Amino acid sequence: MPLVQDQAARPPRARRLLRALGSERLLTLALILFVGLLSIAPLARLLHAALFPQGSFDAARIAEILGGRRVLEATLNTLWIACAATLLATAVGTMAALLTALTDMRRRTLWVFGFVLPLMIPPQVTALAWVQAFSPASPILGPLGLSLPPGTRHPLYSMGGIIFLLGLYNAPLVFLSVRASLQRLPASLVEAAHANGANAGAVTRDIILPLIRGGIFAGAALAFVSSIGNFGIQAMLGIPARVPTLITLIYQRLNAYGPSALNDMALLALLLALLTVLGMTLTAWLGRRGDQRVDAAQRPPRMALGGWRLPVTALAWLYLALCLALPLSALFGTALVRGYGQPLTLDTLTFENFANALFHHEGLRGAFLTSLWLTLLTVAVLIPAAVALGYVLSWRRGWVARLLRLASELAYALPGIIIGVAMILFFLRPLPVLGTGLYGTVWVILAAYLSNFLALALRPILGGYAQIDRALDEAAQLAGAGVFARLRDIVLPALAPSAMAAAILVFMTAVNEIQVSVLLVSSRATTIGPMIIFLEEAGSSTLAAAVGCLMVLLVLALMGLSLLVGRRLPEGVLPWRD
Amino acid sequence: MSDIRISDIDKSYGQTQVLRQVSLSIEAGEFVAVLGPSGCGKTTLLRCLAGFERIQGGHIEIGGETVSAPGRHLAPEHRGVGVVFQNYALWPHMSVAQNVAYGLKIAGIPRTERNSRVAKVLDLVELGPLAHRRPADLSGGQRQRVALARCLAMESRVVLLDEPLANLDVHLRGALEEEFAAFHARSGATMFYITHDQSEALALADRVAVMDKGRILQFDRPEALFSQPQSETVAGFIGEGRVLEAEDIRPLGQGRAAASLLGQRIELRCTPGETARRRAKISFHPGDLALTDSRDAIAGNVTRATYRGAYLRAEVMAGPAGDIPLSVNIAAPAALCRGQRISLALRDGWVIPDAAPSHPS
Repeated sequence: MPLVQDQAARPPRARRLLRALGSERLLTLALILFVGLLSIAPLARLLHAALFPQGSFDAARIAEILGGRRVLEATLNTLWIACAATLLATAVGTMAALLTALTDMRRRTLWVFGFVLPLMIPPQVTALAWVQAFSPASPILGPLGLSLPPGTRHPLYSMGGIIFLLGLYNAPLVFLSVRASLQRLPASLVEAAHANGANAGAVTRDIILPLIRGGIFAGAALAFVSSIGNFGIQAMLGIPARVPTLITLIYQRLNAYGPSALNDMALLALLLALLTVLGMTLTAWLGRRGDQRVDAAQRPPRMALGGWRLPVTALAWLYLALCLALPLSALFGTALVRGYGQPLTLDTLTFENFANALFHHEGLRGAFLTSLWLTLLTVAVLIPAAVALGYVLSWRRGWVARLLRLASELAYALPGIIIGVAMILFFLRPLPVLGTGLYGTVWVILAAYLSNFLALALRPILGGYAQIDRALDEAAQLAGAGVFARLRDIVLPALAPSAMAAAILVFMTAVNEIQVSVLLVSSRATTIGPMIIFLEEAGSSTLAAAVGCLMVLLVLALMGLSLLVGRRLPEGVLPWRD
Repeated sequence: MSDIRISDIDKSYGQTQVLRQVSLSIEAGEFVAVLGPSGCGKTTLLRCLAGFERIQGGHIEIGGETVSAPGRHLAPEHRGVGVVFQNYALWPHMSVAQNVAYGLKIAGIPRTERNSRVAKVLDLVELGPLAHRRPADLSGGQRQRVALARCLAMESRVVLLDEPLANLDVHLRGALEEEFAAFHARSGATMFYITHDQSEALALADRVAVMDKGRILQFDRPEALFSQPQSETVAGFIGEGRVLEAEDIRPLGQGRAAASLLGQRIELRCTPGETARRRAKISFHPGDLALTDSRDAIAGNVTRATYRGAYLRAEVMAGPAGDIPLSVNIAAPAALCRGQRISLALRDGWVIPDAAPSHPS
């Protein structure tokens, strides 16, 4: 008989229990509980509150709420903004991808880093930076005399401004998706077209674009989801501009009326979720049409720009200067002057705002510490959970795996504010054992983070699993190792770089995020992300700018750190690596 | 202790049925090969045996214990079965010694005993000096020996091998085939070897199961598969077999029968129970045909002659109408050219039994 059974004659009790139940069944059970409690249950609660607030379905109430003038206006605004921003993001992102993946433009790696960087900057900081770009403190427009005189209406406080910023902000999403498609494209297809006499324009139009259509639409779907759910930009620009969207409407009403408005807001959240899923599905469906199957590329195509090389490169860098340097320099400029509206000169230069943000401002320090430990805890829980979940999703079949994947991805695709509303609803009532509700405490935010960022952690880890030969795990299984021993001894060592990348991605996103926690913060528990909006609303623009600068610096530091582990990562895990 | 009884197992993925009523009875210590084209279900059969897949019907017993049945599934980690994977599945972050020791460590065997057993096993496969190397620094043959050592250390009484030679070049294969034979002799384990290469299967195994479309067609000794195929499919698959229709089969007793092929009287082997039949399929191999001067012979035109080193391979269109393609191997000093007219004699052939049972085991 196998030796394993002779030797382990009487394992400790816990081991026996594990064995009786089957360690793998235990793991699956734990994962179902985790995902069920954090994704499925809150969303189910939201659905229930939205449709059956008093226990019965009331069509008249639904019609009344959704038919209201403000709601109708907000819905139309939301749709128009999301669609227009998606179009802009798709155009810009596709052009950028064609330029970097297809041509011999100079200094591509650096340009890609700069192009993708805005995606990593929290949207509320982006909005703040753009608002500051036209202030007198802007080191670019200020000296040129192009800054706005005080009292004039800011051009970005408008529907167009929101669309413009959302489009630019989400262009990197389309870029990444299209670039991935381009890298799969074999050079021979392009060379064959050249051999048939097609010039660069004809090749792009007739060969390349049809074949990367899937990537373009997949990117557009991502951009749509991200635009429709982007609270930072919609709130920072939309509230002062009086352009209501569904997200800002939910935020403002909940702020004004508190939990009494919850059921109605649940309905609005459901409407937003519906629009999101519809937009995503439609775009994904459009992208799947047409045969785009190609053999995997040994060598991606490259086209020489020839005489156009210099002007094209210059234009590309001009774009970066406009979209990155202009707002960011203004943000730093504002953070370095004593009072809002002052031009940046040697006289007005001060580090007071940074000192305040870092050391003196009670609320900020508290919020930063809360964000820091919440984020660290989120990473500490999510990475092991994602590794285990990745195991089931990658190497196990059946409805459990499919359900787990769907649930975790839904919680990520849905705008963070919907998760926020769902979490409030779920945790408002006293918990059975504790006797007190978690609403208003930091634990609700933690639950929302775990729910919202699970899919984000999962993505690089699934990429890592795809590179591991499954037989390695099966061989360990035959050696007698249970699933927990295998995860520890076999999977984790092979997965370490991907897990590291996932940790950095989650940390970077969660530490500055705003959309999930903006509804959940209270006087007892505030995170740093929404502080920018609160400071800006309170008129402390310079302090808000300083906090924004610190966030940008943190993001840059983390991106730098990630490049250290970058070499051992599967391709495409870190978006900012070319 | 380590005999395997596979009884009527069914396995399907969604709508596609991969295994249909598969039954095999394997004795303890036997070396069995499963031979079939890719997609025939042989790897699924191995994965069912190892416990990676659940079965929907029938049952599998190993050493008298039911390990798989529709209501019962013993996890792979509790089966005590060793597997040599196609790419060996050595853990890249562990040294050779750690790879071999891992199962013992999981079983909770104390370090000193573990080390001595690993050392012994590594010496046995002549890898002692490489104990601290990483798998990436080993050659293909050495990797295979580590994979075998892993099974040896676990004292697996059943070792499953999943096309272990499929990714290797021809020169290495011969040497590694010998390794398997030596391993089998040394360990006395029951070996279950999956392959699509018939020369491998026929050379290594005590018995070979020929598989196609999820069924076992024939489970028999290699020489029986070659000379007494029980079905047309097996006859055509093994050793470039050729199946033709003969007429007027008359048993002569003692396993011989007379028949008429392409108008010529011939004598063939048959099962002892063969009855007189008007028509029957017969099988033979290219080596069974020979050039003859006799006038009572099968006439044909050479359409193509290929030099194959030890022999000359001729493709011939034969028969009264010249429309039956045959392949003939002719011993080396021979010269044939295209269009040449030749006479052939069939020296040996086999009458495929009528309505043969799919697996007479």
